[in-house]
Amino acid sequence: MDQIILQILNGLDKGSAYALIALGLTLIFGTLGVVNFAHGALFMLGAFCTVTLSRMLSLSHEVVDETRTDFLGNPLKVDVPYLYDIFGETTGAAIIDWAVPLSILFSIPIMILIGIAMERGLIKHFYKRPHADQILVTFGLAIVLQEIIKYYFGANQIPTPAPEAFVGSFDFGAAIGFDPNAIIYPYWRIVYFFFAMTLIAGVFAFLQFTTFGMVVRAGMADRETVQLLGINIDRRFTIMFGIAAAVAGLAGVMYTPIVSPNYHMGMDFLVISFVVVVVGGMGSLPGAVLAGFVLGILESFASMREIIELLPGINQVVIYLAAILILLTRPRGLLGRKGVMED
Amino acid sequence: MSKLNLTRRGALKAGAAAGAGLALPTYLSAAGHAGFTNAPGDSSVTLGFNVPQTGPYADEGADELRAFELAVEHLNGGGDGGMLNTFSSKALDGTGILGRKVEYVTGDTQTKPDAARASARSMIEKDGAIMISGGSSSGVAVAVQALCQEAGVIFMAGLTHSNDTTGKDKKANGFRHFFNSYMSGAALAPILANNYGTDRKAYHLTADYNWGYTTEEAVRTSTEAMGWETVAAVKTPLAQTDFSSYIAPVLNSGADVLVLNHYGGNMVNSLTNAVQFGLRAAEANGKNFEIVVPLYSRLMAKGAGENVAGIFGSTNWHWSLPDEGSQTFTRSFGTKYGFPPSQAAHTCYVQTLLYADAVSRAGSFNPCAVAEALEGFEFDGLGNGPTLYRAEDHQCFKDVLVVKGKENPDNEFDLLEIVEVTPAAQVTYDASIFGGDLGSCNPGA
Amino acid sequence: MLGLDKKDFTLLLIVSALVLLAPLLLNPFPEGSAMAQFNAGYPDLMQRFVIFGIFAIGFNILFGLTGYLSFGHAAFLGAGSYAGMWMLKLLSMNVIPAIIFSTLIAGAISFLIGWISLRRSGIYFSILTLAFAQMAFVLAASVLTPITGGETGLQPALSDPRILPEFLGGGSVTADGNIPKPSLFGIEMTASSEVAVGNWLWTLNWGYYLSGFMMLVAFYIAIRIFRSPFGLMLKAVKSNQQRMSYTGLNTRPYMLACFVISGMYAGLAGGLMAAMDPQVGAERMQWTASGEVVLMTILGGVGTLIGPVLGAGLIKYFENIFSKINKATLEVWFGVFPDWMTDLMVTIVYPFIGKGWHLTLGLMFMAVVIFLPGGLVEGGQKIAKLFSRKKEPETPGGEAKPAE
Repeated sequence: MDQIILQILNGLDKGSAYALIALGLTLIFGTLGVVNFAHGALFMLGAFCTVTLSRMLSLSHEVVDETRTDFLGNPLKVDVPYLYDIFGETTGAAIIDWAVPLSILFSIPIMILIGIAMERGLIKHFYKRPHADQILVTFGLAIVLQEIIKYYFGANQIPTPAPEAFVGSFDFGAAIGFDPNAIIYPYWRIVYFFFAMTLIAGVFAFLQFTTFGMVVRAGMADRETVQLLGINIDRRFTIMFGIAAAVAGLAGVMYTPIVSPNYHMGMDFLVISFVVVVVGGMGSLPGAVLAGFVLGILESFASMREIIELLPGINQVVIYLAAILILLTRPRGLLGRKGVMED
Repeated sequence: MSKLNLTRRGALKAGAAAGAGLALPTYLSAAGHAGFTNAPGDSSVTLGFNVPQTGPYADEGADELRAFELAVEHLNGGGDGGMLNTFSSKALDGTGILGRKVEYVTGDTQTKPDAARASARSMIEKDGAIMISGGSSSGVAVAVQALCQEAGVIFMAGLTHSNDTTGKDKKANGFRHFFNSYMSGAALAPILANNYGTDRKAYHLTADYNWGYTTEEAVRTSTEAMGWETVAAVKTPLAQTDFSSYIAPVLNSGADVLVLNHYGGNMVNSLTNAVQFGLRAAEANGKNFEIVVPLYSRLMAKGAGENVAGIFGSTNWHWSLPDEGSQTFTRSFGTKYGFPPSQAAHTCYVQTLLYADAVSRAGSFNPCAVAEALEGFEFDGLGNGPTLYRAEDHQCFKDVLVVKGKENPDNEFDLLEIVEVTPAAQVTYDASIFGGDLGSCNPGA
Repeated sequence: MLGLDKKDFTLLLIVSALVLLAPLLLNPFPEGSAMAQFNAGYPDLMQRFVIFGIFAIGFNILFGLTGYLSFGHAAFLGAGSYAGMWMLKLLSMNVIPAIIFSTLIAGAISFLIGWISLRRSGIYFSILTLAFAQMAFVLAASVLTPITGGETGLQPALSDPRILPEFLGGGSVTADGNIPKPSLFGIEMTASSEVAVGNWLWTLNWGYYLSGFMMLVAFYIAIRIFRSPFGLMLKAVKSNQQRMSYTGLNTRPYMLACFVISGMYAGLAGGLMAAMDPQVGAERMQWTASGEVVLMTILGGVGTLIGPVLGAGLIKYFENIFSKINKATLEVWFGVFPDWMTDLMVTIVYPFIGKGWHLTLGLMFMAVVIFLPGGLVEGGQKIAKLFSRKKEPETPGGEAKPAE
């Protein structure tokens, strides 16, 4: 029983990551109809906003410490962050420690700008082009973005720990009457889950309850009619693209303490995010979120030792297997609309 | 049928300058050459350095490349001469190899066997490379080693830790200086027993591919021999980035040690996750919960950040080793590039020197002569103490380092501290236990 | 001629001539010159050009004709490779059984996957094929290690049986104690003749010519398929599948046949890869490999006959040539300039070569799709039109328009 609860918790957490990435992708791909292979790159850029901010916060000047030596035997140069000079060591260290949460604020404007620039500069010209061309251009863009990051940050993973306050786990089991340590859950992952839920709810509320959202939804359903009504749908789509980029970026920002970012992390998530969107059903935001959680929970269960021993390799294929079964039994995925990207 | 295998461009390049002009086709025949693939001309010899330049191991590859460049510089008499000065064999004198200037070509393995072979083939077929070295995964090493055997050139493996490279998949033309899973297990187990006791219960997470299997087996066997019990061993997908669902059940499984048979990104992520779950701070069976990482590298330690503090593992070499060879190498590498070399860089540098030395001692570039010179060669002064290139499987036997993540690193390179230098005798095994067959050396054409 | 009209026959002739003369054409720079770095006329790369050409031609039969975008074609390539390798291990080092068997196995597997995946269309089809291929990849790299050699891959070994008699390529070990090499009735695939003219050096390699011949056969069959009633039917599916169904015609068998043919092309390419370079790794089945053939086809021109081959060549050229240029090479190239300018040029160019070859590739993808919509072939035609005033009623090759 405790194992099952544990894996459900795990699945919710994995699922919230999938759902968050798929949510951004489905705004672009499921609704604007652009096959965006650069979506993973946006996720990666978000994560690197965190890295950049934490580097900016720890910008340092060198102080020579004569008592210690470096690897060549010369006096050691110690980096002292400017923040220490300004706020004193304790406050300075605390600010650097909180780099990840701080970069939420930092990344939103950056990611929106990147998204808008991408849409205006490139994607706009590809709405009417064949999907094949969209794949080629966005894939090319993804590679270019990746390589730029690699050029400046290297290929190695960069540790970006969560603030000290979130290290360690919450003993969930003990709280609901199981043995201590039976169901533990890291604080940061709990934060991630609630953050994801808030963000998802925010996007839904924005689309559902604002006039802007209503127009966008109308535009998704029938772009031409909305344009005939004299509404500048293009501008709204551009903004939607910016929002989608920000959602992807925020997913990346909050993910950095879980998986230390490297330039390649977007590509690692690209396939899974497409699978999630399609399994959820093209054109459906709730579908993408639902599919994210379903696949996340399935993956968690499949990684249980008892199940792997029963079916070796199941942990590797479960997502794909589930995708195949769902698509065969539900032709348009879980909640897909008819006629979106079916031809 | 005339048997013309691969090309001998090195020879042609040298001859081309002289015979330029007349545009009559010349048919080259095997007889006109020294009887082996890519026999070098009189003025220069080309080596092929095949390292990951793209993909997750690109930083490791870049470090390997730096080491190769440094080795070539030293062989050609440039720089401070590095470990040429401390190497026990004095056959090399800084005038290249057998009086030929050393040139090199580079390629990208992408850490994919296919791409690595394509790159190595282009070095052999197009650039006339006579030796291929480098790489940072066992899959690549095994694939390229087989290619070199087929083409008739020498392969000096870079970073490859699986038992298979000089075990099941060993080849007569392939040589490995790096240590392997078996040695990691043999070196680690006594240290673990000393520090954590002999009544521990271990939980293994193992990357689901060949290297993971051999490492798990090695660590299991040697720790079980010390009295440990293995509670469970779970295979994790190679492509996994978030290990939470594998780590969450560990604490409640009755185990009190977690062994992460992971390398590179896998290790960085699983260790980060494990620490995040609070395993380091936890207690199980009345003892402190411990984590072990069989294969460490400084670049991985860097990726995992503070999480490595206090965690045991093994490594082939570390720049803080006090012997003269290591210090000399660290100094010349550090002076040139501004940071200390990684173990991948060290093994690649040493392999290049060993190859050059073997050629000089053999007096020939013929792969069979080189192989003979390397087989059973005993040397010292290259950083790992007295070392033997064993003839039976072309594996080096030398001291293995057991290291621990530093609690309070002095600087960003000072991440690992050496706990013990396990003597070679303790990690030596019988050459036949992993099966495989060297075959006979292949000089190519 | 050969059942082709004049224009197609001319195209076939041109392609044949290119394949025949590739060792010369791809080595335009004299040996030892600074530009020799750009020579691509060595056996391995030429073999890769034609083998990936076959793969892309086959992919284009499916994607170009029907518009169904398979994201799992690498699975057939990999399956073909494994099948071919097992033939080399069990039967003989003769490449004929390997090639035949790999094509058949890939055909059988593509029949299964196609039969299931073709129940859906559009993006749903793409994801189904992707899911199958990814399952094949991860299983091949892990659980199926006994069959596939896992992540290390599958290679011939000294202990392999190779039961056929010696003259058919059988036998475990050669006289000198090595693993025999893949051969065609005694002619080793790695065997080459070298022709030196002045400072130029051309390598004529048996393996390349065998692969080249197979590509020509594959190309010929592809032309015939494009021009056949079957091909027309597939094009009709592309333009409007519903309408086809309303006429009472069941399109499924046609689609399935097309999918299987396309899979067999991939299998043939896989078998040839194993025969030219006896080593198969699981990553040959990864989604990135499936994606690569998609990119090759789009880059060259979807639905055009020659486009996919060009796309394949261009990507493989970048991968193999640009990745090998290093800083030392650059310093030689720009060495003629004054020092400060050498440094400047090296600094500017360095990010784009060697470890930066991906960046160049990505930029090229974007440039092609932005400036040459429809891929290299259509771009080339547009440029050709700009220069020639002659009005042509049809585009050369008579290809279908790249499709949505």
